Amino acid sequence: MATKPALAPSTDTTMSRRGFFMKLGILFNGLAASVLAIPIVEYLFSSITRGRANGYLSWVPLGKLSEFPEGETRLATFQNPYVMPSDGKTADTACWVRRIAGEQFQVFAINCAHLGCPVRWFPQSGLFMCPCHGGAYYRDGSRASGPPERGLFEYPYKIENGLITIQAGELPTPGAAIAELTGEKPPCVS
Amino acid sequence: MRVMIRSVGEWFDRRLQLAAPIREMAEHPVPRNTASWWYVFGSAALTVFLLQIVTGILLALIYVPSGAEAWSSLQALNHDVALGWFIRAMHGWGSNFMVAIVLIHMVQVFLFGAYKFPRELTWIIGVFLLLMTLGMAFSGQVLRFDQDAYWGLGIGASIASRVPILGPAVVKLMLGGPIIAGATLSRFFALHVFVIPGLLIGFVCLHLLMVLKLGINEWPMPGRIVKRATYTNEYHELTKKDGAPFVPYAVWKDMFFAAFIILAVAACALYFGPFGPTGRPDPTIIQTVPKPDYFFLWLYALLSLLPPSLETPALLIGPVVVLAALLLLPFLSGEGEKSWKRRPIAVLTVLLIAIILGTFTHLAGFTPWSPHMNAWSSDPVPARYIHDSTALERQGALVFQVKQCRNCHSLGESGGQRGPALDSVAVRLTQDQLIRQVIQGGGNMPAYGKNLSPAETTALVAFLETLHPKGQAPARDASRDVAFTNENQPGAKP
Repeated sequence: MATKPALAPSTDTTMSRRGFFMKLGILFNGLAASVLAIPIVEYLFSSITRGRANGYLSWVPLGKLSEFPEGETRLATFQNPYVMPSDGKTADTACWVRRIAGEQFQVFAINCAHLGCPVRWFPQSGLFMCPCHGGAYYRDGSRASGPPERGLFEYPYKIENGLITIQAGELPTPGAAIAELTGEKPPCVS
Repeated sequence: MRVMIRSVGEWFDRRLQLAAPIREMAEHPVPRNTASWWYVFGSAALTVFLLQIVTGILLALIYVPSGAEAWSSLQALNHDVALGWFIRAMHGWGSNFMVAIVLIHMVQVFLFGAYKFPRELTWIIGVFLLLMTLGMAFSGQVLRFDQDAYWGLGIGASIASRVPILGPAVVKLMLGGPIIAGATLSRFFALHVFVIPGLLIGFVCLHLLMVLKLGINEWPMPGRIVKRATYTNEYHELTKKDGAPFVPYAVWKDMFFAAFIILAVAACALYFGPFGPTGRPDPTIIQTVPKPDYFFLWLYALLSLLPPSLETPALLIGPVVVLAALLLLPFLSGEGEKSWKRRPIAVLTVLLIAIILGTFTHLAGFTPWSPHMNAWSSDPVPARYIHDSTALERQGALVFQVKQCRNCHSLGESGGQRGPALDSVAVRLTQDQLIRQVIQGGGNMPAYGKNLSPAETTALVAFLETLHPKGQAPARDASRDVAFTNENQPGAKP
């Protein structure tokens, strides 16, 4: 490198030959890097690609209809459909089931629509309250007060063989597939 | 004997050739007045970082980074392994000390103008070191896989989900799957133990290398102006004229402070013990009040107090603005005065930020915005408020308790602080206003119209109307009297 300005014309050709091989070497390593990069990137982003086309969602049963009295809101738990061996108890999820009447239900995510803390149901005042930042929701899941911009997330549900079944599998956050599935967004006050 | 040691040393140095550069590094001249107690925070941060590496490796001997077992392995560390609790406590307190010392170091560097020419890059790398330190603090909190960690991750995911378009993908990348579970803990373990520490070590080396190459910042003198054209010569002149070798002239203060910090961490660990873990990370246990670690409490408060419409922009744009300001600082004021005595805006900025962060942290200590979930069943209406009351008013006090008004409103200093204290509510609101407020809500209060029968509302308002200090009459609608007495003004009430 230091001899560059003092090169004689005769050595110039050999240097360019070496230079050529060096460039070829860089190119070859670039090729090797990209061959390596493709599987690495695919591996790194596998949790996203699988989630596309709602690959994580499936129907999970919550329990018999008789477990949910009409006019009441009860806590139910289910195991997430996508489980890894290291999940332990974290594979379980809780949700609030409100049986309005007959086969008419509302199944709310436990996660506050603000920042995901677990909301608690207070039947006496008919409110869901969040312990973190003070969000509150009415019995139909619509926003009552506090920082949330929308009502509680709802799971789609269906009744099959006397069981109430919900479509679940993703942490309910604004923008998640689950939030779009329910379609109707509870009216936002403010 | 001495000859033998010497010849062994020479044998090694013949091959390593490190003695000369190390001696040169140790004895490089520093300006005499930088041998000050103000200049010890950088080396203290490095000391705590090394301590964290040691205690971290010790914890990794027992800790299991599995969603199913992490919590139990922490319990084993706390209770079964000899002095496991102490190593956990050292690591936890070391983390707090590291964040604090890095922040103090940064403030000192800022106030001493050390980020100015030619040390701009040292500052920029320092900003990244701060980010990594905070990243270590957050990921470390996740590894303490308890209820706070679980719901803290939920908060992180909810914030990430607000990124336009990419939000859902970012959430799945962060969680390693669709929900907070085993894969989430594993990836935070990889971040906390391999990725961020690796980057930290590299960046710390660069940071130190630049301190050595460019020289430690001289003590700022009011009136001594930094100019790009002349600074380097002036600095060399200064170290030549009024310099001293770093070892031993300045290093003894660093050494004393480093030992003091290690002892302080050990003392805190011994006295206060390890942090948590709190409850088992079981998402079906919802009786929990998650709270972040100390250094993120201000953010917790901010997220509660921002108006809903401002929250997403503030969360997404705020960090970018802060980071840009920190990175651009040395380019915007790379020359000029270094002394804090001639930089009032710099001093005020530091004070303002400290006061803001301090206030938010203080507020997060008692979370006035959160409903007290158990107040309705644990904080009774003080007996003095139902003395000499009618049956209807007592019934109202019952409604007040049963309908969980206490969760947000305090009476006799106990109860939630989400809404105003109601000890003197009758002085502020008339009967009609009370009824309207209870039924329709508003001003951040839910509407109770659907959850109270007319009889319950009547009783509740009757009770609320008794809540006024002795000798102070309850509020009353003056126009109503006029309406009653003067038939010409019907419906005068607004």
